[in-house]
Amino acid sequence: MAINIKKLANEPELLASGHRACVGCTGTTILRQVLRASGPNTVVSFATGCMEVVTTIYPYTAWRVPYIHNAFENSAATISGVETAYRALLKKGKINKKINFIAFGGDGGTYDIGLQSLSGALERGHNFLYICYDNEAYMNTGIQRSGATPRGAATSTTPAGKVIPGKPQKRKDLTAIIAGHHIPYVAQASPHNFIDLMKKVQKALSIDGPAFMNVLMPCPRGWRFPEPEGIDIARHAVETCFWPLYEVENGVYKINYIPKKKEPLENWLKRQGRFKHLFTTQNRHIIDELQAEVDKDWEELKNRAGVE
Amino acid sequence: MAKNLLALTGNDAGAYAVKQVQPDVAAVFPITPQTELMHKVAEYVADGVIDTELITVESEHSAMSATVGAAAGGARTFTATAANGFALMWEIVYIASSLRLPIVMALINRALSAPINIHGDHSDSMGGRDTGWVQLYSEGAQEVYDNIIQAYRIAEHKDVLLPVMATFDGFIISHTTEIVDTLTDEVVRKFVGEYKPAYSLLDIDHPITVGPLDLYDWYFEHKRSQIEATKHAKRVILEVADEFYKLTGRRYGYFDDYRVDDAEAVIVVLGSAAGTTKCVVDKMRKDGKKVGVLKLRVFRPFPAEELADALKDVPVVGVLDRAVSFGGWGGPVFNELRSAMYNLERRPEVVNYYYGLGGRDINTEQIEETFNTLLEIAETGKVKERFGYIGLRE
Ligand SMILES: Cc1ncc(C[n+]2csc(CCOP(=O)(O)OP(=O)(O)O)c2C)c(N)n1
Repeated sequence: MAINIKKLANEPELLASGHRACVGCTGTTILRQVLRASGPNTVVSFATGCMEVVTTIYPYTAWRVPYIHNAFENSAATISGVETAYRALLKKGKINKKINFIAFGGDGGTYDIGLQSLSGALERGHNFLYICYDNEAYMNTGIQRSGATPRGAATSTTPAGKVIPGKPQKRKDLTAIIAGHHIPYVAQASPHNFIDLMKKVQKALSIDGPAFMNVLMPCPRGWRFPEPEGIDIARHAVETCFWPLYEVENGVYKINYIPKKKEPLENWLKRQGRFKHLFTTQNRHIIDELQAEVDKDWEELKNRAGVE
Repeated sequence: MAKNLLALTGNDAGAYAVKQVQPDVAAVFPITPQTELMHKVAEYVADGVIDTELITVESEHSAMSATVGAAAGGARTFTATAANGFALMWEIVYIASSLRLPIVMALINRALSAPINIHGDHSDSMGGRDTGWVQLYSEGAQEVYDNIIQAYRIAEHKDVLLPVMATFDGFIISHTTEIVDTLTDEVVRKFVGEYKPAYSLLDIDHPITVGPLDLYDWYFEHKRSQIEATKHAKRVILEVADEFYKLTGRRYGYFDDYRVDDAEAVIVVLGSAAGTTKCVVDKMRKDGKKVGVLKLRVFRPFPAEELADALKDVPVVGVLDRAVSFGGWGGPVFNELRSAMYNLERRPEVVNYYYGLGGRDINTEQIEETFNTLLEIAETGKVKERFGYIGLRE
C-alpha cells in the first residue's frame, strides 16, 4: 500500500494543538500520525489514561473527529457498540458514509485490565482497528508497572530496591496474543518510522474485520530520558530488536525492518533512567538476561516470518 | 379494541416488548434468571423477525460498555442482566446515566453473591439505586411488558435522557406464565416512535466529544443537570403513563394504592409480593380488618411527596424490604419512605420487615400475621419491634 506523504501532510490536523501532554510526549505524535492516515471520517474510542486525560478537559477538546471516552478497561467494547450502531443504522439507511472505527488504549488498558474486552471484540469480528500505545507502564497514575513493563525496569510499584531490583517478571507478548485470535491484521509499529506506521493504519482500516496495532510510545517522564529524545529512543528500540516492526496479515508474518547489525540492548537501556540500577556489578546479570530474551524472541519472530 | 392475549412468562413478556420496540442494538450475556429473555430476543433476530443487531459480548461489563457505545452512536438500545452481572457492569451503569444515554435495561432481580444464589431478591437493583437510572418495578408479566414499552418513551424524552431499568423478580415473575394483554407491533412502534437523538458519534460531519475529563470546574454542574433530568423524569413518567392508558386502558403511576383510604394498617412493598399482599388485603377486609397495600412501581425517582400524601391518614405503615442495607437504619424502601413522611403533621408509625432474601417465599399467612402486628400497633400505639423479619428461622 503506497502512501502519499505530501498529500497527507497537507490534510487538516485532526488533533488540535493546545492539549496538555507533557513536553516530549510521543503519544500525541502517534495520535497525529494515526489520524493523518485515517482521515476525518473516523470515530475514536479511548481508554482512560494519559492520552485521554491530556486531550480533553471540559469544555475543551483536542478532538476534531467524534470521540468517546467510556472507562479504563472497555475501549474495545465501547467501539464495538459504536460500530454495531453504525451497521444497524446503515442497514436502515440512516447513515450512508464509510466510517472508520479506532479504539485506543494504553498498555495498562490493553495488556492488563482491558485484555478481556479487547479479546471479546476481536473474536466477535467487529470492523475496527485497536491501537495500543505502549509506554510500558501505567503512566497516568504515576508510572506503575504493567504487563508490558520490561523485566528490570524501575516503576513506582517495582522500585529499584535493595533487595528487588525493579520488575522481576518478563513483559507479556501482547502482539502474539492478539495474533492468536487469527484476526485479519496485526502489526507492531513505532512513531520514528511514521511512513510504516501510517501505511499500517491505512492497511488495517482497508481490511474488513478487526485489526490490531501495538505502537511503542517512549515516555520521557516514565522512562527517564531527556525530552527531545523520545522518537530516537523509539528508533533505537527497533534497532536493538527489542521492538521489532512486523505485521501478521491473515496469519502470514512479515518483518518490516531488519537491522543490518543488531544494536546491543545495553546501549538502549543506558539511555533510560528506569534501567540505571542495572548497571551495577550486582545487577549486571539482568542486562545479560534481557539481551538473551530479546535474542530468543527475535529468532522466534524470524522463524515465524521465514527469515534466515 | 380486540384483545391480544398471550400466555407469557415474565421473560417472554420482556422479550415480546423488545421485539415490538425493535431496538437497533442489543447486547446479550447469559445469567440466570435473565437468560431466557435474551434467548427469545436472539431467536427473533435469528429468524429475521426483527433486524436488531445483537452484540454477543464476553461479559456484562462489556454488555453495558457496548450499549453505551451504541447509544452514543445514536442507536436505540437494549440489554438485560441480573445480580452478579449487574454488579460487574456497575461501573458502566453509572457512566451510562452520567453520559445521559437513554438505554433501556431489564434487570431480573436476583440475590447478590455470596453465598451464590440464583433466586429473586432486590439486592441487585437496590444496590444500584443511586446510579442515576430510573427504576420501574413490576408485579407480574403484564407490567414487565408495559414497563419496558413505556421505558423507551421515558428514557428518550428530551427533558430526561436517562437510562431506565425495568426490574422484575427472578423466577417468581421471570419464569411464571401469565396471561398478557399485548398490543400489535404497529401500535407499539407508533407509541415509541422513531428515535432521533440530538447528538451522535456517527454524525461524522459534526464531531462531538463524549466523556471528557471533567474536574471541579464543571463536574458539579453536570451532576446538577442530572438531578434536574431526574426531576423531569418524574413528570414524564406520568405523561407517558397517561398516553399508555389511553392506548391500553391500563393505568400506571408511581405506585398503586389498594384499599388504603380508610386503612388502619398499610403494607408498602414492591414487585411480585404486592400481588400476594392484595389477596391478603381482600381476605382480611372481608373479616372487617382495615388493611391496605401500596405497591411501589417507581423507586427512582422516588415519589416522596406523593407517597407521603397517599399515606398521611394511615396510622401504621409496614415497609417490606427485599434488600438489606447493612449497617443502615432499616432497608432502602423504609429509609426513604420514613424520611418522606417526616414533614407530615401527623406522622404514621413506620416499621420495617426484611423478607424474601435469596428468593425465600413469602406466603399469605405470613403477610396476614404481619398485618395483625401492624393492627396491634395501631390499636395500642406501641411499637415492640421497629425492625423485623418475615419467614426467617431464628
Ligand atoms: C477501573 C479503573 N481502575 C483504575 C483506574 C485508575 N487509572 C486511570 S489511568 C490508569 C493507568 C493507565 O495506564 P495505561 O493504560 O498504561 O495508559 P497511560 O496512562 O500510560 O497512558 C489507571 C490505573 C481507573 N481509571 N479505572
